Amino acid sequence: MTISEAVVSDPGASAPGSETTPSKPKSFRKSLRRLESAFAVTPFVVFAFAGLGVPALAVIYQAFHGNTGGWTLSNMRLILSGSSNPTTHGIFLIGFENSIKLGLISALIPGVVGVFVAYAIQTSKSNLLRRLTSTGSGVLANFGGINLTFMFVATLGSAGVLTAWLHAVGISLSNVGFNISGFSGVVVVYMYFQLPLMVLVITPALGGLRQSWREAAENMGASSLRYWIHVGIPVLMPSILGGMLLLFGSAFAAYATAATLTLGLIALSPIQIGNFLNGNVIAGETHVGYAIAFGMLVILTVVMLMYSLVRKRASKWLR
Amino acid sequence: MAPLASGDPFEVVQMEDETVPEFSNGKPKRRYHFRWWRFIVLLLAGAYILIPLYAGLKFSFQGVTGGFSTLAYTSIPSAPGFTAALALSFKLAIVTMVVSTILMVPTSIYVHLRMPRFRRVMDVVSVLPIVIPPIVLIVGVIGDYPLWARSSPYLLSFMYVILSMPFVYRSLDAGLSAIDLKTLTEASRSLGGNWIKTMWQVILPNIRPALLSATVLTLALVFGEYTMASLDLWTTIPVWIAQFQVSSDGHVQVAASMVGLIGTWILLILVVSLDRSQSRRNRRRTA
Amino acid sequence: MAPRSITRVLLAGATLASVAAIGVTAETGAASGAASVNWGKVTHLTKTGATSMSSLVKAAKKEGHLNVVALPDNWANYGNIIKGFSKKYGIKINSENPEGSSAEEIQAIQSDKGRSSDPDVIDVGTSYAVTAKSEGLLAPYKVSTWSEIPAGLKNPSGYWFDDYGGYVAIGCNTTTVTNCPTSFKQMSTETGAQGYKIGLNNSPLTSNSALAGVQAAAIASGGSLNNVAAGVSFFATLNKNGAFVNTIADASTAQDGTTNVIIWWDYLMANGGIDVPGWKVVIPSDVLLGEYYTQGINAGSPDPAAARLWEEYLYSTTGQNLWLAGGARPAELAFMTAHKTVNQTTLAKLPALPSGETPQYPSTAQITAAATTVNSTWATEVGASS
Repeated sequence: MTISEAVVSDPGASAPGSETTPSKPKSFRKSLRRLESAFAVTPFVVFAFAGLGVPALAVIYQAFHGNTGGWTLSNMRLILSGSSNPTTHGIFLIGFENSIKLGLISALIPGVVGVFVAYAIQTSKSNLLRRLTSTGSGVLANFGGINLTFMFVATLGSAGVLTAWLHAVGISLSNVGFNISGFSGVVVVYMYFQLPLMVLVITPALGGLRQSWREAAENMGASSLRYWIHVGIPVLMPSILGGMLLLFGSAFAAYATAATLTLGLIALSPIQIGNFLNGNVIAGETHVGYAIAFGMLVILTVVMLMYSLVRKRASKWLR
Repeated sequence: MAPLASGDPFEVVQMEDETVPEFSNGKPKRRYHFRWWRFIVLLLAGAYILIPLYAGLKFSFQGVTGGFSTLAYTSIPSAPGFTAALALSFKLAIVTMVVSTILMVPTSIYVHLRMPRFRRVMDVVSVLPIVIPPIVLIVGVIGDYPLWARSSPYLLSFMYVILSMPFVYRSLDAGLSAIDLKTLTEASRSLGGNWIKTMWQVILPNIRPALLSATVLTLALVFGEYTMASLDLWTTIPVWIAQFQVSSDGHVQVAASMVGLIGTWILLILVVSLDRSQSRRNRRRTA
Repeated sequence: MAPRSITRVLLAGATLASVAAIGVTAETGAASGAASVNWGKVTHLTKTGATSMSSLVKAAKKEGHLNVVALPDNWANYGNIIKGFSKKYGIKINSENPEGSSAEEIQAIQSDKGRSSDPDVIDVGTSYAVTAKSEGLLAPYKVSTWSEIPAGLKNPSGYWFDDYGGYVAIGCNTTTVTNCPTSFKQMSTETGAQGYKIGLNNSPLTSNSALAGVQAAAIASGGSLNNVAAGVSFFATLNKNGAFVNTIADASTAQDGTTNVIIWWDYLMANGGIDVPGWKVVIPSDVLLGEYYTQGINAGSPDPAAARLWEEYLYSTTGQNLWLAGGARPAELAFMTAHKTVNQTTLAKLPALPSGETPQYPSTAQITAAATTVNSTWATEVGASS
């Protein structure tokens, strides 16, 4: 994925530990090496399986089981039902749709803005700014839930500070179509942790933009814009895409912030899962919640596949 | 370089230590536009981040009757359960950081050295915690993990190691790719160092920035993660703040949010300041 | 060789013996706390003997603590109830997750099994108690005053029993609102001129009390307990008129004016529940909808004697009157009123019931059906109209 990957040569050839007795056959050494490799990555694999694989399998299992035990497709049929269904009114499909929309918007806007902001910070002369933002982006990327909601209600709510300022200048938020409990509100609030997340992710990649490339481009008479179009952005593209995937996942899956901000006024899949598994009114229908979770897994897998396809093409430039 | 005649304050900024290259057609003007542009970006981003903080702080310092009051803040440390939640969060943070380091560092080093093709696999696996949302993970855990595991808060630590994997791996990967790992290792081994010594005294110091960054991110994650902790019914600091908020008046609610945010920020700055090589890093510039 | 193998055998034997000893002591330790009565299996008290009230008190004191969950201090006077119980019996009460939901209580029973904070007793929405029983999580127990609880408010085998309830009420800030609404109809005709800022205490998709508010609105708007759609339309209208505030309405929002009208249980707003000067609570004139919450004892309770003593306390005259002091109507209210054991002063403080309205109590099935409807239509109807 980076150019320096090319520097790492073939493992078998000159790794230090391979000065074994030349009398041993090569295939034996090879299988020994393979065993050693398998051994070395076992902890990681076990960890990953226990922490990711097992819960995912549990979700899949529960999604396809009912309260009466035994495999069933009824949960899936329920969540995939359309708006003509009298029980569900297609609300789960709407939830998926809204969540995807939210994920996309929340990946694109903060994603693009994040690249600019990260670049602006990296090229500034102030060490203080850089230190503040490196820690700040880590903290803010994890800031969410009810805390974020309360802070934004104090800012943009009906009695909010910014609302009052805008009013004084003659701008009424509701007239511009902004509603803090609605879709626009969620997008604005989400940006508060999405933007730092993008800055966090893209900053190391910016460090890979060598000064020498810039100078080379200038030497050949390229303007700043051409530098970016032909050198900067292609080099950054894999990382930008990676960052946007991260943003999509983060927005798609965000639960506490959306729940406290909207109180159910927008149909979103994570909130629906929470309602079934943790609410106060629907008892004993947890399997529907798991079915929604399964739906989210499917959507995210599809997005991941698309991402890896697009990224392969973007990385071609680097090879 | 003389400032432009328009007198726009942005243009008085000095150019960096770059001379106009010999063979270029010498167009310094675009540098100035870039400066101005960057200022706008930082201003807007700064405003977006700082205004809500200001609003939160302003509201939290208001008393019930509207005047200035620190009551909201003073009632937090003495509130029931605060110290217990703080202790729990710290315990979880330390365990998470230790386990994450022990798991990821040797694995990453080994993979970088001996199994570059496996890096592709690790890339994918380390992105999986993003593909599988935390809420899905935790409901899976609740539904399936054995009782002895769910009775321990360190199950959360285990899950946090998973959650932080994308950031930790990305950090370590970048750090390991930036140094010439092969040469370093060969040099150290040929000088007679065994693997432990090599790792401890040669490799680790060279990836210290990456390691520090990974640690800091893990810390931020543990002190900010709410969804999994609350659904698993453990009262960590974020969960405590949420519970405390719901039962308090509006000013205390926002005050608690501010404490959570700024407290974590200060903690991270402290951790980062401990790193001596930070200043060395900052002198590197981007193109 | 001989001495070595003998040592090994002795070592093995010692290990086995100590393990067995630990196992045995663990077993007897749990049960021997009360003269070998397994309080986890006791289903009712006897007048004398090993399972009498005095034995229960002794056993509970020996256990020394009680784990409760999701009991806010200002909810139906639980703060004082907890204090009263601790003071009377010297048993320390560990109150976990006060703002927790019913679902969290059930989940706590399941996942806390190994933890010391495993709840002993639960106070949940009735449908949750029913589900918990079907999952085998509850232990049957009939308090001494069992016969005083109306038949419709308890499970015949004693697995769960209603504790207190109230009616959906309209709270209003009389100092800032000129014409406080006294009925749902009055709220629906609001076009913003009255300046109502109406809030629910939480999202009706997850909160029992908010859902009850929507059900009440349904009944008042031509729907019924079986059809909550009219209630959803009611709030859609409110939202369109700009009278609905989509936030968690509580004492704090009442204080700062974000919501000057709140729809909630009467007992949570009255008696200082919302300590805003001039806050008045009325039962709406066009609907009388009530609900009870339900008690249950964890089958795997770590402090079974204390749990049962707690229930005895709650259903004694003292306990019932303490709930009444919190503005809630205890399950045994009818009996106590008839037998004059009720505290007349606190009884008089309850909001007046409107004349001509028969109280309606939604069944578990009706609540579930309403919850399903609200979950499927709230976002598209109420949300879309904002």
